[in-house]
Amino acid sequence: MAENGVGASVRRKEDHRFLTGKGSYTDDLNVVGQTHAYFVRSPHAHATINNINTSAALAADGVVAVLTGDDLAADGIGPLICGVSVTSDDGEPHRAPVHSALAQGKVNYVGDHVAVVIAETLTEAKDAAEKVEVDYGILPAVTDTATAADDGQEQIHEVAPNNQCFNWPFGDKAAVDAAFESAHKVSSLDLVNNRMVTNPMEPRAAVGEYNSGTEEITLHLTTQNPHVHRLVMSAFNQLAPEHKLRVVGPDVGGGFGVKIFVYSEELVVGWACRKVNRPVKWTSDRTEAFLADAHGRDHVAHAEMAMDENGTFVAMRVNTTANLGAYLSTFATMVPSYLYAFLLAGQYSTPLIYSEVKAVFTNTAPVDAARGAGRPEATFLLERLVDVCAEDMGLDPAEIRRRNFIPVDAFPYQTPVVQCYDSGDYNAALDKALALADYEGFAGRAEEAKSRGKYRGIGISSYVEACGIAPSAAVGQLGAGVGLWESAQVRFNPTGNVQVFTGTHSHGQGHETTFAQLVTEQLGVPIENIEVIHGDTSKTQFGMGTYGSRSLAVGGVAIAKACEKLIEKGKKIAAHALEAAVGDIEFSDGNFTVAGTDKTMNIAEVAFNAYVPHSYPEGLEPGFDENAFFDPMNFSFPAGTHICEVEVDPDTGVVEIVKYSAVDDFGKLINPMIVEGQVHGGIVHGVGQALLEGCQYDSDGQLITASYMDYAMPRADNVPSFDVDYAPTNPPHNPLGVKGCGEAGAIGAPPAVINAISNALGIKHIDMPATPENVWRAAQTATS
Amino acid sequence: MYNFSYQKVSSVADAVDAIKKADDGKFVAGGQTMLPTMKHRLASPSDVIDLGGIDELKGISVDGDTVTIGAMTTHAEVAASSDVQGTIPALANLAGNIGDPAVRNRGTIGGSIANNDPAADYPAAVIGLGATIKTNKREISGDEFFTGMFETALEDDEVITAVLFPKAEASAYMKFENPASRYAIVGVFVAKSGDIVKVGVTGATACAHRGLRLEKALNGNFAAEAVDEVEIPVEKMNSDIHASAEYRAHLVKVMTKRAVEACS
Ligand SMILES: Cc1cc2nc3c(=O)[nH]c(=O)nc-3n(C[C@H](O)[C@H](O)[C@H](O)COP(=O)(O)OP(=O)(O)OC[C@H]3O[C@@H](n4cnc5c(N)ncnc54)[C@H](O)[C@@H]3O)c2cc1C
Repeated sequence: MAENGVGASVRRKEDHRFLTGKGSYTDDLNVVGQTHAYFVRSPHAHATINNINTSAALAADGVVAVLTGDDLAADGIGPLICGVSVTSDDGEPHRAPVHSALAQGKVNYVGDHVAVVIAETLTEAKDAAEKVEVDYGILPAVTDTATAADDGQEQIHEVAPNNQCFNWPFGDKAAVDAAFESAHKVSSLDLVNNRMVTNPMEPRAAVGEYNSGTEEITLHLTTQNPHVHRLVMSAFNQLAPEHKLRVVGPDVGGGFGVKIFVYSEELVVGWACRKVNRPVKWTSDRTEAFLADAHGRDHVAHAEMAMDENGTFVAMRVNTTANLGAYLSTFATMVPSYLYAFLLAGQYSTPLIYSEVKAVFTNTAPVDAARGAGRPEATFLLERLVDVCAEDMGLDPAEIRRRNFIPVDAFPYQTPVVQCYDSGDYNAALDKALALADYEGFAGRAEEAKSRGKYRGIGISSYVEACGIAPSAAVGQLGAGVGLWESAQVRFNPTGNVQVFTGTHSHGQGHETTFAQLVTEQLGVPIENIEVIHGDTSKTQFGMGTYGSRSLAVGGVAIAKACEKLIEKGKKIAAHALEAAVGDIEFSDGNFTVAGTDKTMNIAEVAFNAYVPHSYPEGLEPGFDENAFFDPMNFSFPAGTHICEVEVDPDTGVVEIVKYSAVDDFGKLINPMIVEGQVHGGIVHGVGQALLEGCQYDSDGQLITASYMDYAMPRADNVPSFDVDYAPTNPPHNPLGVKGCGEAGAIGAPPAVINAISNALGIKHIDMPATPENVWRAAQTATS
Repeated sequence: MYNFSYQKVSSVADAVDAIKKADDGKFVAGGQTMLPTMKHRLASPSDVIDLGGIDELKGISVDGDTVTIGAMTTHAEVAASSDVQGTIPALANLAGNIGDPAVRNRGTIGGSIANNDPAADYPAAVIGLGATIKTNKREISGDEFFTGMFETALEDDEVITAVLFPKAEASAYMKFENPASRYAIVGVFVAKSGDIVKVGVTGATACAHRGLRLEKALNGNFAAEAVDEVEIPVEKMNSDIHASAEYRAHLVKVMTKRAVEACS
């Protein structure tokens, strides 16, 4: 292993700038001549817009422009799109209502974009926004997921009868129904996957600049995927051709999915900066973030498992209603379909699975991917159901899992729901987790807790997720509008240092360190001589960005491939200089050596020769700079077992997590410290969902959890110190042997926590978030 | 935030003078409640009169059995004060658990009490300890000061100058925190001196109040079990997405019991 190479817990290179306040975020950017945008938003969840009178606002101090949906349409700016198609049970594609960046005639959720005021200062923009007179015709609102598609509900979009976006069946219904008929035992469960507001620390922001000389728009955005923003805004929104649009995602303070999507504000800022021919800046305030960032989760489901007399799963049936909000966000349709139903097998060899997902529109903010995206919903449902199965069969939760795990010798394993898992050893992770959690000793700890008047419970969650998003052909077949390969460029400068350009984006994940470790390992260049560059369409050739735990598993491989090309070329250059045959050159630790001799040349000298090719192989191009693209052959399948132990105070309903053990299979770890950080963050995210975070609208469609006074985020004192370990297997499809780790905790944790609470109280189920009051109520009837 | 004019005054008299002259003036202390409200454009005073430069409003002193805390004393100062820790440790603990460090270093006792948030902590202590609120005009007992949700006995040109806390033999504050805001869903301050027990309850109702039924039960028998028999009127309790009235009524008893246990 190279020093600071693969497997070393190198301190994060980027932290120096972050910790010394030198990070540069979108809102830090101030441009000469800049104006400020402020959005007039709908105070109503559902209303027609009968008239917008902007004259008083236009006359207000400092106002440069007041723009509405009519102006947008007149300029030919296209509506926002959803990039993944799902076929409904009537054979038609999902219903896609027009999603204009500024409302045209109707608003469909509180926070919907009605107009934008552009003024010299933000205060002037806000003052003028109060003077925009909007005549609304208020309509009844639909907010409840379970009943949104019921007969008699207010219709939100003409194109979507019954407020239904799609009803998507998957699996062999007849075979599954038959298996249920003849089953020894059927366990069932109704559950809600609570709606969450993602809440990255940095709110969204955009700064648009138009150069009338070059006719180029430069948009600085809080984005996880600058090229995807550019592609969508060019190809579908007609903002500007790709070569005349530069999108920069500078330092971004957390994404968790919410910064993948193309939002109204971003498109409007890009358009408006050209229209007013002045730079335009917009920064979301926290209230706007609550109202208009895409939300996550929000499912209501009924799940059933059919078992034989041994507790072997013979078939599973799931009925899900997923709330997509008022309009389709960029990847909204994919989340409750392909990213959800195709994970319902989990770690088990259940041979038959039938799923039906009904996606509905409501008068709430659009719902899209949030850390885990579909996989947390699938895992919560399955891992809760498995615990109910164990209870119904009188089996220990660990034992029923063991009986149903896909055995280690069955890989690659084709599930009945499309995914083919390439590697895994689920027993190994479970065994290690049970030991780490001292599962054996639990009964004694529960006794001791009881003597203090506390109910102690333990919960297991064995999850699997599909990461490394994604093999392009596979997602294309499913209806994705893009390929999901990744690109890289590794460039030596003549002085021997290296710039690595990646199409992924780092917004907290530490790529600038991890990717540098890959390169130092492969090329032997000291890590301090390697700079990882990302987030600017004018620097990196192309890229699909960061989400779906894809950056290392896909983007990292592209970097490795570019390094391989450099080594191949370097051998030719070294062979020439060392007067040897190319076939005799060996490369290791940064040195090209003639085999069996001490004739050697460092890669930095090779790079110098490539740029100063005074004595150089004939016909070989100068320069030491290689591109590579990588399209994965399969998803990667991180998996693991998380075990949570809680203590419930029956007098108050307060749940304390007293112990949390996580054993994950992420394949090979490049930087164990960063991986552990991702695990910690993911678990806290999942604990937040399980115990604290519940986004709520009232029946009028007002968001009643629109600030941190009412929306509870997890804090350090909500969690214990975690016990983290690994049970890696080698994924044969991934050249680096890596799987991805960024979402695992958020996927594994919620069922572990709820299983532990259910166990503590001896109840079948409690919905998330398990608030003190709900736990207290459940404890009243508890049997423990 | 809308525009306003700002004045920093150096005496209570000047503060009163300034507010009388203003169209729609407001005092600002730590600003921890007032500034967020102004930023959200929910309040738009014409004049903001900063009490931060008035020395006579600052500081903590102990005189016999009375601890006097100046209105402009921050939560952090109360929490760290050896005088308060030595005489009424429960009050120091209460202050040390308000909000976060930034809030504690700016927010003041005068501001908290004047604001009378139904979920604020200090009002429970003011009532539970039987404190007196001193203003530029008069002295008001805790029981009479808090008149309703965000409402107090203060007049528009009245400035709180100090709060006088009588020392208790034993006292404790138990707070059941809102998981989101960490204000009190229910907070109960119990103080015992001789045979007299006082109970201040915050969070549960429109504003902090004396728990008279609890006091009655505890006066005869200062023990947690004494609380079991007390009936808390559910219909008077607040109800919101975090806690129903029934749950709050239950928590009032649980927090009282825990406070009683902590006193002994
Ligand atoms: C994030 C956060 C968390 C918080 N958590 C808690 C908590 O857990 N528990 C809790 O109790 N509080 C909490 N608070 C509120 C905090 O304690 C505030 O400091 C307090 O409510 C107001 O004090 P202030 O000095 O900031 O007053 P300001 O905001 O300056 O003023 C508040 C009001 O009081 C008036 N006023 C101020 N001083 C005087 C005076 N001397 N005489 C007359 N009127 C006056 C002002 O005119 C204004 O109307 C929290 C606040 C924040 C921002």
